[in-house]
Amino acid sequence: MAVSKRVGLLVTCLVDLIRPSVGFAAVGLLEHAGCTVEVPPQTCCGQPAFNSGDRATARKLAEQVISAFEPFDYVVVPSGSCAGQVRVHYPELFQGDPNWQPRADAVAAKTYELTQFLVDVLGVSGVEARVPGAATYHDSCSSLRELGVRLQPRKLLATVESLSVTELADSDVCCGFGGTFCVKYPEISDRMVGKKAAAVTATGAGLLLSADLGCLLNIAGKLLRDGAAVQVRHIAEVLAGDLDAPPIGMPAAAPAPTPTAEAKR
Amino acid sequence: MSRAATSEKFDDNARRALADPALQGALAFVEANFPARRRAVVDALPEFDALRDSARDIKAHTLAHLDLYLEAWEARVKEQGGHVHYAPTAADANRIVLDICRAENARTVTKGKSMVGEEIGINEHLEQHGIVPVETDLGEYIIQIRDELPSHIIMPAVHLNRQQIAADFRRVHTDLPKDRDLDTAMALLSEARTTLRKKFLAADVGITGANFLIAETGSSVIVTNEGNGDLTCTLPRVHIVLASIEKLVPTMEDMAQLLRVLARSATAQEMSVYTTITTGPRRGEDQDGPDQYHVVIVDNGRSAMLAGEFRDMLRCIRCGACMNHCPVYHAVGGHAYGFVYPGPMGAVLTPSLLGVDRAGRLPNASTFCGRCEEVCPVRIPLPRLMRFWRDREFSRQLSSPVSRAGLAAWGFFARRPWLYGAVTGIGVRALAWVGRARGKFGWLPLAGGFTATRDIAAPQGPTFQAQWRRRAGTQGVAEHARTVPSGNPHGRGSEPQLTEPAASDPESRP
Ligand code: SF4
Repeated sequence: MAVSKRVGLLVTCLVDLIRPSVGFAAVGLLEHAGCTVEVPPQTCCGQPAFNSGDRATARKLAEQVISAFEPFDYVVVPSGSCAGQVRVHYPELFQGDPNWQPRADAVAAKTYELTQFLVDVLGVSGVEARVPGAATYHDSCSSLRELGVRLQPRKLLATVESLSVTELADSDVCCGFGGTFCVKYPEISDRMVGKKAAAVTATGAGLLLSADLGCLLNIAGKLLRDGAAVQVRHIAEVLAGDLDAPPIGMPAAAPAPTPTAEAKR
Repeated sequence: MSRAATSEKFDDNARRALADPALQGALAFVEANFPARRRAVVDALPEFDALRDSARDIKAHTLAHLDLYLEAWEARVKEQGGHVHYAPTAADANRIVLDICRAENARTVTKGKSMVGEEIGINEHLEQHGIVPVETDLGEYIIQIRDELPSHIIMPAVHLNRQQIAADFRRVHTDLPKDRDLDTAMALLSEARTTLRKKFLAADVGITGANFLIAETGSSVIVTNEGNGDLTCTLPRVHIVLASIEKLVPTMEDMAQLLRVLARSATAQEMSVYTTITTGPRRGEDQDGPDQYHVVIVDNGRSAMLAGEFRDMLRCIRCGACMNHCPVYHAVGGHAYGFVYPGPMGAVLTPSLLGVDRAGRLPNASTFCGRCEEVCPVRIPLPRLMRFWRDREFSRQLSSPVSRAGLAAWGFFARRPWLYGAVTGIGVRALAWVGRARGKFGWLPLAGGFTATRDIAAPQGPTFQAQWRRRAGTQGVAEHARTVPSGNPHGRGSEPQLTEPAASDPESRP
């Protein structure tokens, strides 16, 4: 077991508000790997403001995150997109600021997406979960291109007992979520997620996983509306073997819901 | 169709494009073929990424010393008997070209493919003054007879299928037999070739673009696959090159280096079929070539870009890879962007040409997925440049009032963690309660566009942070360091008054 590491969990606003089970699964994985996990008070990394051209708000929120997470050895994020915001865009946001740039750079350098942290930093080579079934994995654009995370989630998923993983066609193509994009351009976003949902169902897998809740909510929303028989979960839940919460967009009460019947409107 | 710029109507254009089955068929072809072909040709060249670094550096270096290289280039052109004209604006460029044509009493002008020509609207300008411009690149010819803007920078007619083109040929080539066979691409090609052959011989002036200008030799270079460019610059008495300032490279070697990434990125070819280097007019001993060689250097806003945060965009070598890989381009095609430059590079370039108040929708129409930057042969950070436009839009208060108000309200709470926790806590618990029976919503206020075709998952219940602090045994937000609570409370109804106890899911349980 590795030396104990003090990790600040940047849980992300979407996980905080919509799917706390992902946060608890992440905590379980980190703790199991020998980390001490803490959750400083937090709201949002500021990406929506940054991407909407509101740099002043983006900076205020970034300052908040930097101050809250500075004390930790590592900052771990169950989202490639929010990890990318801290790791790649905070340094850009504070470029040339004598007070904040060094602080932003320091926090950026110790910020990791969850699977990236487990594999690259902690050297975790496998998990103990058992999840029978066939899954497919969606790379979020930020994980893939801002953080260069591709093999890490696959490596961990390969060690989940009884789970087979099929590659998704066009796995490097965006699902159309894009934060505010899906609200600003819903028709274009819908065309993109339609293609993604079709690629998911074409794999024949019954379970779609990703490390970004934004993408997952978007793709799940499409699969649900179309009545596809695919359950959708965050990868942390599967790696932690923690499937008590119903899949994304499914009701809690229904015993063993059949997605097809459930999703019909 | 029309060639008027409609970038301010991007949203309407996009909606129409999404509902156009012929266009969607054409776009599906781009999406299915171009990224895969590029991948194959790039994979075959292990040093491709190093070449991209070198291509980026060549362009960046030239831009940093553009004044020196322009001077050197101009001196070489003049030494060889060529003429150089500087055009600060599109109108200046059009006037200069027209003056050259008039001095030669030109009646017809053949044209090689030129994006700068499209940008300044040279064809319209010549037509208005009684000179007939004839596009000789097949794609450009097709959009010319349709009176359209190009929908792609290297494949101007990629939005059309064979049947549509055949119909246009029948409409325009009225001197040919009505019952001729136009079912194959070959038939279309040979009809275009026959038609254009006559025009080549009749033209008084030939206008081409330039992929590169070489400072060391004073040459202009065009890269084509059809050979039309060569006929355009050698057959007429006068050759006019239209080139924007950023086409300059220092040496032949630099050009050769850039060629290695250009064709691979553009059409997944190792080299394009023709690379034509033109240096001055015909010399005494030459068999053919024009008597006059003119180069019109078009600025049209580029000097301003050079001095500001959009300088990186001037590295662009117009390969089209960014649009070939763009999921938004794949959804709506090039015409939705409403100007000659579509896709990610157009989303950066068009606002600087038309103004961000007219073209501000373009840099917003991106998920910032980064696939464009990933393939760009000169490593232009396209998403970052689009974000710069959003910054300007925001600071000039051009973005929509609704989105600004939403952003402001969200920012207000997000900057006050305690208040945020209280308000979101109530909000998500209410939503969780309302959505508990189905686990999702088919409609939510302010998300109508999203929920028209997608559901939204209901929140699970109390926020993660609320649960975390409760499990840690205190309600205080200031005290956050706690040991890890074991297990996941989800599905077990940790908030019984608001969420129903969840049954476990026997199928998915280990
Ligand atoms: S921005 Fe890059 S990828 Fe796009 S056309 Fe220019 S050089 Fe090619």
